[in-house]
Amino acid sequence: MIRQTTAVFFKDFQSELRTRYAINALVMFVITTLSIILFSIGGERVSPDVLAGMLWVVIFFSAMSGLSRSFVSEEERGTTMTLKLLAQPAVVYFGKLLFNLVLIFSINTLVVILYLLVIPLFVVQTSSIFITTLVLGSIGLASASTIIAAIIAKANSKGTLYPVLSFPILLPLLMTVMNATKLALDGAAFAEAVGEFRVLISYSAVLIAMSWVLFDYVWKD
Amino acid sequence: MKSVHLQLENIRKDFSRRIIFDKIDFSMKNGESIAITGINGSGKSTLVKIIAGLLSPTRGVVTLSVNKEEMKVEQYHNYVGFVAPYIQMYDEFSAYENLGLFARIRGLKFDTGYADDLLQRLLLYDRRNDPVRTYSSGMKQRLKYAFSLLHKPEILILDEPRANLDRQGIATVYAIMEEHKPEGVLILATNDQEDLSLSDKVINLDELKMTKNRNKKRN
Repeated sequence: MIRQTTAVFFKDFQSELRTRYAINALVMFVITTLSIILFSIGGERVSPDVLAGMLWVVIFFSAMSGLSRSFVSEEERGTTMTLKLLAQPAVVYFGKLLFNLVLIFSINTLVVILYLLVIPLFVVQTSSIFITTLVLGSIGLASASTIIAAIIAKANSKGTLYPVLSFPILLPLLMTVMNATKLALDGAAFAEAVGEFRVLISYSAVLIAMSWVLFDYVWKD
Repeated sequence: MKSVHLQLENIRKDFSRRIIFDKIDFSMKNGESIAITGINGSGKSTLVKIIAGLLSPTRGVVTLSVNKEEMKVEQYHNYVGFVAPYIQMYDEFSAYENLGLFARIRGLKFDTGYADDLLQRLLLYDRRNDPVRTYSSGMKQRLKYAFSLLHKPEILILDEPRANLDRQGIATVYAIMEEHKPEGVLILATNDQEDLSLSDKVINLDELKMTKNRNKKRN
């Protein structure tokens, strides 16, 4: 099953490199939103709490603009049935999850680098908390986005449905990563953020397990 | 080839309140072929999708046993080769890349020799490295045959087998059917008389409906 899962991942990865289906949308979105944030802040002195919140707003909406493509593109190109004839649902789910993980890690790295470069007030005091938050937050985002993308792929109004459906599911994750990012900016000790990390790990574990069980029903009819 | 037994019992499919078909029963084993026919909208494609495990019936059971072992629906794809107008290939990849990807996703080693043979037979070998988006609809249909035969399936399901094919393509497809028939299970969904004559048994979904309606009136 691992070999088949990686085959689905490489299929999506190669396809993305050729079509730039999600990457272009994501990069353009990141650049546009960061420019808007930069213009709206101007010379104001913004508190670290607000900056932490804004970082995750950019990450959330970037994820919304790109992560649904993994399933939506299959539906739009009519290849969903081909994939159904090739592998078990679990193989498809984990392959898509892996692809979304790689995509969100890459895009979050880009967002953070640009954010650190263009917003001088955003200074990370405890980088261990920040990096762990980013990694766990990305896993949580990918796990929620993948199953929601599978659910909305067949709907007519995918574009609006995706962020609307995702928001209530992602709210606990977003609140936790914002708190953890705030701790990283305030210079808290790593031990102080352990509670937040436990929430993030539990969130991803529950979502991945639930998606694995439910994906058969979402994928089949 | 493995021994296969396919059984459909009391299959019914509804879409919302509309009954597409009801009480479909038949069984098949190696060396048998069946053609499903009926007017547009009679449910031919729906029925073959149910057989392939792509759709769930509203009522009834499909059972697939391979070497006397009953398979789960999630395993059907290992034994089914499926060609239909609604199956699409990845058009950013070449025919060769598509087949390589399909083999790996199935968990099989990509047998390049066999893939070459299939592509040569289906007259796609010279264009094997071109992206599928540059193919004509007939070439795409031929590639679907390579896709369906790559894993050497026991059950071959062909929905509108001649769609978009030229004379040479149709001859190749008929040859593939004839080769598959003696050992495997062949299921066709078609309205073409020539296709129907290739199968041992014909299920006419319209006649089934008419018979049922007549029975209802008598009761």
